[in-house]
Amino acid sequence: MVVESHETDGEFAGGGLGHTSRSPIVTPVFTDMVSSQTESGLLSSEGESQRTQYPYVTGTSVIGIKYKDGILMAADMGGSYGSTIRYKSVERLKQVGKHSLLGASGEISDFQEILRYLDELILHDNMWDDGNSLGPKEVHNYLTRMMYNRRNKFDPLWNSLVLGGVKNGHKYLGSVSMIGVHFEDNHVATGFGNHLARPILREEWKEDLSFEEGVKLLEKCMRNLLYRDRSAVNKLQIAKITEDGLTISQPYSLKTFWNFGAFQNPTVGAEGSCC
Amino acid sequence: MPKEHANWSPYDNNGGTCVAIAGADYCVIAADTRMSTGYSILTRDYSKICKLADKSFMASSGFQADVKALQKVLASRHLIYQHQHNKQMSCPAMAQLLSNTLYYKRFFPYYAFNVLGGLDSEGKGCVFTYDAVGSYERVGYSAQGSGATLITPFLDNQLKSPSPLLLPAKDAVTPLSEAEAIDLVKTCFSSATERDIYTGDSVEIVILNAHGVRSENEQLRKD
Repeated sequence: MVVESHETDGEFAGGGLGHTSRSPIVTPVFTDMVSSQTESGLLSSEGESQRTQYPYVTGTSVIGIKYKDGILMAADMGGSYGSTIRYKSVERLKQVGKHSLLGASGEISDFQEILRYLDELILHDNMWDDGNSLGPKEVHNYLTRMMYNRRNKFDPLWNSLVLGGVKNGHKYLGSVSMIGVHFEDNHVATGFGNHLARPILREEWKEDLSFEEGVKLLEKCMRNLLYRDRSAVNKLQIAKITEDGLTISQPYSLKTFWNFGAFQNPTVGAEGSCC
Repeated sequence: MPKEHANWSPYDNNGGTCVAIAGADYCVIAADTRMSTGYSILTRDYSKICKLADKSFMASSGFQADVKALQKVLASRHLIYQHQHNKQMSCPAMAQLLSNTLYYKRFFPYYAFNVLGGLDSEGKGCVFTYDAVGSYERVGYSAQGSGATLITPFLDNQLKSPSPLLLPAKDAVTPLSEAEAIDLVKTCFSSATERDIYTGDSVEIVILNAHGVRSENEQLRKD
């Protein structure tokens, strides 16, 4: 598969890029090579793509639901470095323009880059100064195109995104994956949330939830994720966006309940245990 | 230097099944509305049918991001055609365009399995069936996607299409009435839903005839 990349913003993924070999024949600069080895002359330009990517610092699930006045979204504040929970104050829910809220899971640095692109998008939208502003549907479409086009270049932004918002009374909630798969629904989740939270939401979500009901529902899902997702941390934020504006809560923790019989004596009956 | 193993795939299969049946003066295009990834359901209410022109509807299953991109490309090309020719594209013309668009990405394909349904310039129903790289033919009926292997033998049995090898070429469109064809499609989907995990939730049926277009929705099993 011959894929060329000419990233003009000059980002370097992964470890230090020590040398860029320049063959006398063609000299494209692979600005996102992970390997710092010099390429052999045979492998230059038309060689195999060296754009294999791994996520380094990752965020886990994001959950979003529609409720009576708008959208509610929840995400914890963990940034994992493989199996280490390295960062515990990562804000994974961010405002985008006047009408949208973006939640991201996956590689945090890619999320930060997405925020930079969105910043520029919103800036240019504001600079038109025409009283119009990009709604959540438009932002979702922009994100979808961005993720899909990076996937086409074999250089994905390693994120799963949740985009929600309200404009002119219309509530919108959508999702985009790192390869560009996108859809809208009344409730969405990324990562483990798809397995653990969506089933709860399918049973208990209904039209026109009140704010309190919505928060309770999200907390129920987040608690479930806390129990079963090893990359979850017990410090979360819940964001709400309505026609009137956006609020992201202060970080807080959930109460957890471990007094189930099986948790009291987790090894009872197990081979080699004391009981 | 040994080749590295990629740890991600640019493709995914979001599942689903599409069917189209051509009649003497109508065409039925149907697709389920389930979108999945792996063993998870992403949403139960996603349309796989896209209107490309007044008389051409495309139903596509496979990798959803590629399907959407393909629909965008075709819609954009159709708009240009309208600007240049001051008319809608005919269904056979759209069929050729779709084939060419797919083959254009022969070496990094759109992972999309399409059936194109509509009315030809004589008002007869036409169905075109495709593979992922643009190989296509006009047929009387077709099924594509995860449930295709379950539905196609059933349609072969019910629609008793004459062999395309016969000379003179016999008309492939079914003599069934529109109502009978719609009922047949519903039967196809409820059967496929039983055995194919990626098919279910509901089926969206688009019916094209001389009077225009209409759409029906039928609930399917959600398990």
